[in-house]
Amino acid sequence: MSGGTRGAVPLHTKNTVAQDMLTHLFTKPTLNSAEDFPSVPQPEIKAALDRLASRSMVEYVTIDSEQATLTPEAEAIVQEGSHEFKVWSAVKQAGRIAIKDLPNFVGADSARVGSGNAFKNKWIKKDGDSLVLVAEEVKDVTRDRLREIQDTKTLSDAKLLNDYKKRKLVTFSKVISYTINKGPKYAIEMPVEVTDLTVEMIASGEWEKANFKGYNFAALGAPQNAGSLHPLNKVRTEFRTLFFNLGFTEMPTGHFVDSAFWNFEALYVPQQHPARDAQDTFFISYPPKSDKPRADPYTDNTLDDIEAGARRLYAANEKRKRVPRDYEAYWENIKAVHENGGDFGSIGYRYSWSEDEALRLVLRTHTTAVSTAVLHRLAEDPRPARYFSIDRVFRNETVDATHLAEFHQVEGVIADFGLTLGGLMRFLEDFFSKMGIDGLRFKPAYNPYTEPSMEIFGYHTGLGKWVEIGNSGMFRPEMLEPMGLPRDMRVYGFGLSLERPTMIKYGVSNIRELLGHKVDLGFIQSNPAVRLDKN
Amino acid sequence: MPTISVDKAALFKALEKEYTTEEFDELCFEFGIELDEDTSQSKKPEDLAQPPQLKIEIPANRYDMLCFEGIAMNLRVFLEKEKLPKWTVTPPANGQPETIIVKEETSKIRPLISGVVLRGIEFTQERYDSFIALQDKLHQNLARQRTLVSIGTHDLDTIKGPYTYEALAPEQIEFVPLNQTQKMNGKQLMEFYEKDKHLGRYLHIIRDSPVYPVIYDANRTVLSLPPIINGDHSKITLNTKNVLIEITALDKTKVEIVNHILVAMFGGYAESIEAIHVDSPHNRESRDVPNLGPREMQAEVTYLNEVTGLNLSPPEISKLLEKMGYTVTPSSSDEKYLDVSVPITRADVLHQADVMEDYAIAYGFNNLPRVYPNKSAAVAAPLPINKLGDIVRFEAAAAGWNEVMPLILCSREENFDWLNRKDDGTTAITLANPKTVEYQIVRTSLLPGLLKTINSNRHHAVPIKVFESSDVSYVDLTQERKSRNERHFAAAFMGKTSGFEQIHGLLDRIMAMLKSAFITREEGLQNVKLDGYWIEEVEDPTFLKGHSAAIKLNIGGKNHTIGVFGILHPSVLRKFELS
Repeated sequence: MSGGTRGAVPLHTKNTVAQDMLTHLFTKPTLNSAEDFPSVPQPEIKAALDRLASRSMVEYVTIDSEQATLTPEAEAIVQEGSHEFKVWSAVKQAGRIAIKDLPNFVGADSARVGSGNAFKNKWIKKDGDSLVLVAEEVKDVTRDRLREIQDTKTLSDAKLLNDYKKRKLVTFSKVISYTINKGPKYAIEMPVEVTDLTVEMIASGEWEKANFKGYNFAALGAPQNAGSLHPLNKVRTEFRTLFFNLGFTEMPTGHFVDSAFWNFEALYVPQQHPARDAQDTFFISYPPKSDKPRADPYTDNTLDDIEAGARRLYAANEKRKRVPRDYEAYWENIKAVHENGGDFGSIGYRYSWSEDEALRLVLRTHTTAVSTAVLHRLAEDPRPARYFSIDRVFRNETVDATHLAEFHQVEGVIADFGLTLGGLMRFLEDFFSKMGIDGLRFKPAYNPYTEPSMEIFGYHTGLGKWVEIGNSGMFRPEMLEPMGLPRDMRVYGFGLSLERPTMIKYGVSNIRELLGHKVDLGFIQSNPAVRLDKN
Repeated sequence: MPTISVDKAALFKALEKEYTTEEFDELCFEFGIELDEDTSQSKKPEDLAQPPQLKIEIPANRYDMLCFEGIAMNLRVFLEKEKLPKWTVTPPANGQPETIIVKEETSKIRPLISGVVLRGIEFTQERYDSFIALQDKLHQNLARQRTLVSIGTHDLDTIKGPYTYEALAPEQIEFVPLNQTQKMNGKQLMEFYEKDKHLGRYLHIIRDSPVYPVIYDANRTVLSLPPIINGDHSKITLNTKNVLIEITALDKTKVEIVNHILVAMFGGYAESIEAIHVDSPHNRESRDVPNLGPREMQAEVTYLNEVTGLNLSPPEISKLLEKMGYTVTPSSSDEKYLDVSVPITRADVLHQADVMEDYAIAYGFNNLPRVYPNKSAAVAAPLPINKLGDIVRFEAAAAGWNEVMPLILCSREENFDWLNRKDDGTTAITLANPKTVEYQIVRTSLLPGLLKTINSNRHHAVPIKVFESSDVSYVDLTQERKSRNERHFAAAFMGKTSGFEQIHGLLDRIMAMLKSAFITREEGLQNVKLDGYWIEEVEDPTFLKGHSAAIKLNIGGKNHTIGVFGILHPSVLRKFELS
């Protein structure tokens, strides 16, 4: 495809109307379209004028007027004379006509209308049951007036004209005509126009005297056949940038499958917690079960590599000790903290903890499963750290307009010494203000792995109400201390879905129109670039 | 989260204030419950037909707010209208507590029992309804659909102790179930209730067991067949004065939580709460239940203040914690600690972190000092695979292709059969319990998603050019989690022609942007140290014979096959309804 669908008005040099106008103007300074081009339909005149005017070859003024047109009946009168005249003529010719015979001479219509008028005009009179002549000579005024209307399209006697309209002898119609004068670039002939500047024209110098075709500035340009990124990923990019600006390191989320241990137990979600119902969690039937937690060199190396810079930067002169993780101890600690609280200041859930249950494989229900493994790694060398991830999670939901069995979770984790709950609020205020959401409110909530837990509410001006925009909290000591993190290290966690803010922000009401194979390609192609701070 | 419906007028009367909907919503927000709906603002006929209700969402761990009584009580305490009541057991008038004797056979099916007697209770229709509804909520939530715990309530004046908790063969148990007139045995009962909407879903808990749990009184009257149904004989009515509650369970902790909640919610309507003696020597569970004493724990003053960012004195902290139902006194042994009595209603309190949260709620979350946490800067870094993935995505889009995001879960057919690929049953991760039938496995290929996307966009002008860069997952038994994700890239072209050269061109473009040179097959095979890629014909049943190519890459001194492309086989197109 080339060229716009609505480019410059095409110019046909052989257009005879336009050329005729130019020719006429050569001899006559002012034209009137109604007089000079009476047989050319108005739209053609207008099109020709626009072409010429857009090139400043003519100037024109539009005249709106009403004109009277004779009906077929009136046209017959102009041809044959009025009904009364026809009656008078017939009587004059015959000398005497019986009234009942009159229709045979002039026709039924003229006989009915014409005799009355001929009496009124004292042209004829009754003699017994016959008609005889009164006036030897008559003037057919009606015919004369109608002929005048036929010639001039109007009549000076407006009252009479209206009378004719009532008698259905004339009709009125709106007429557009134009007064046409020469324009500043008038020429007797249509000039040759070029549509575009070409390399050849520049080389030959021809461009200097070339007459360029005018451009239609009201039209769209040519479509770009552009590629596009998915709107949800564009929002994801905004979030990632936001996290990077705030000093967060991305977590390795490259496994959809996790063990119940990492997805639930390590987060202090008890084995009988309702979230672990088959109603909410996808369990895996094959492979049958997970191994106990153990070192994962590939993931560890990845994290070591991407954190190497930060370590060097902050190492300064202190020599930091790194205590390797003891997975066996971690496993035992988790068992203890569930069963009786272990040595972690808790009374525990006081139930009998099943290893088999902990080794069941699930599709991860949250990326917090990954955060847990990353925090466990942090216990090797506890230091302030910030991590984030944005990746797919799975819930065994019944699919509807707001629920899919998979969606993206945006999650941030901040570990530091001496963190306070108000600090988390302050941080979240800053985080969400960068998405254009100010004035957050925090609602106490329940979450098995955070205490305190806070639901984050933002005011949605469009909906006119407070909406929940995310979840947050401080991870429970029962989750952190079994990892070996020191008691005075506290960890914020916060999360939201990628889909929900995108749907709210862009007015998408059905999640299936945003994620999955049913998304309309037109939506992907036309969705504007995303700037969360600018709406 | 459970949603509890309470009578608006009655609740506001209990709170001694006529709240506007906004004011009450605000109160709920501060306390950490959520006003879902005020039906006085509803126009639905079913809402207009009854007095206005407030539908309140309760956090999943607050079993003490699952009924009107609990919501009213906790809010009154929060608003400082009263202090949380202290519940105590009263010795029975005749000095002899009711006794339940547990038979050893119960260990085979449902080993634990607890209970309580509420004497001199005064039921009204509202209280009675609330009592039934609370049991139902506890059965649903804490008791996990009666599997872990189940409750039976009886008119004490219709039965005679001591009671025995036994486990017998279904045929040996015979009684008239609640609200029935026919006597039936355990086996018949299972058949009778099989189609029952309400009870049918609980039958599986014991149906296939050789013995069913059952509670008898001294006259061999059946009290109940837990966790299914009570006997009709001892059913409670509005006129019941003395109630015996029995609670059977698998879980030792939860059985006492349920007992505590029932006592705390309804003990207030009774003249006295009497303990029951459980005689269960075989599993060392002989004891008097319930124990209504609060749980004593300690909380560090500095911890409470540090995490909340507050700096209040122990008396001030204690006053705030009373609003949440605790009784708190500065520790007699160490001034750094507070002695905290946790009432029987607060089973959710496990750690001083829970006390700290209540301290913050009592102070008001939104009143806490907000201090930016950044004491130490951090360094940002992207995950390498995501950075690489983004480069490929941007280049594909810049080349005029459109990014799509199909789902990761799909059916076996789409992933294998429809692509003419063999399913050996051990490649893909298989879901055990999907609610939606087409979610059977985790995809091992991006191709089905692309083809399904094109299928839903058949109205779109051709050519359609789509791509995706995302993860697929494979079974990998060497991994701890027995699986492995891989980041893949895939693109599909649909037009009036096959678009083979379009896909090939996109490949060339992306390889060029990844700094990989196009080399000839001969060069590549001759010298594996020569970095670069080439394509060569390959047979792949997904594609039309003679029109598919393998993508080969030399990198780091090794040769890899990194992908395949070609003209999709007409049978594949037919399966995805693209022909």
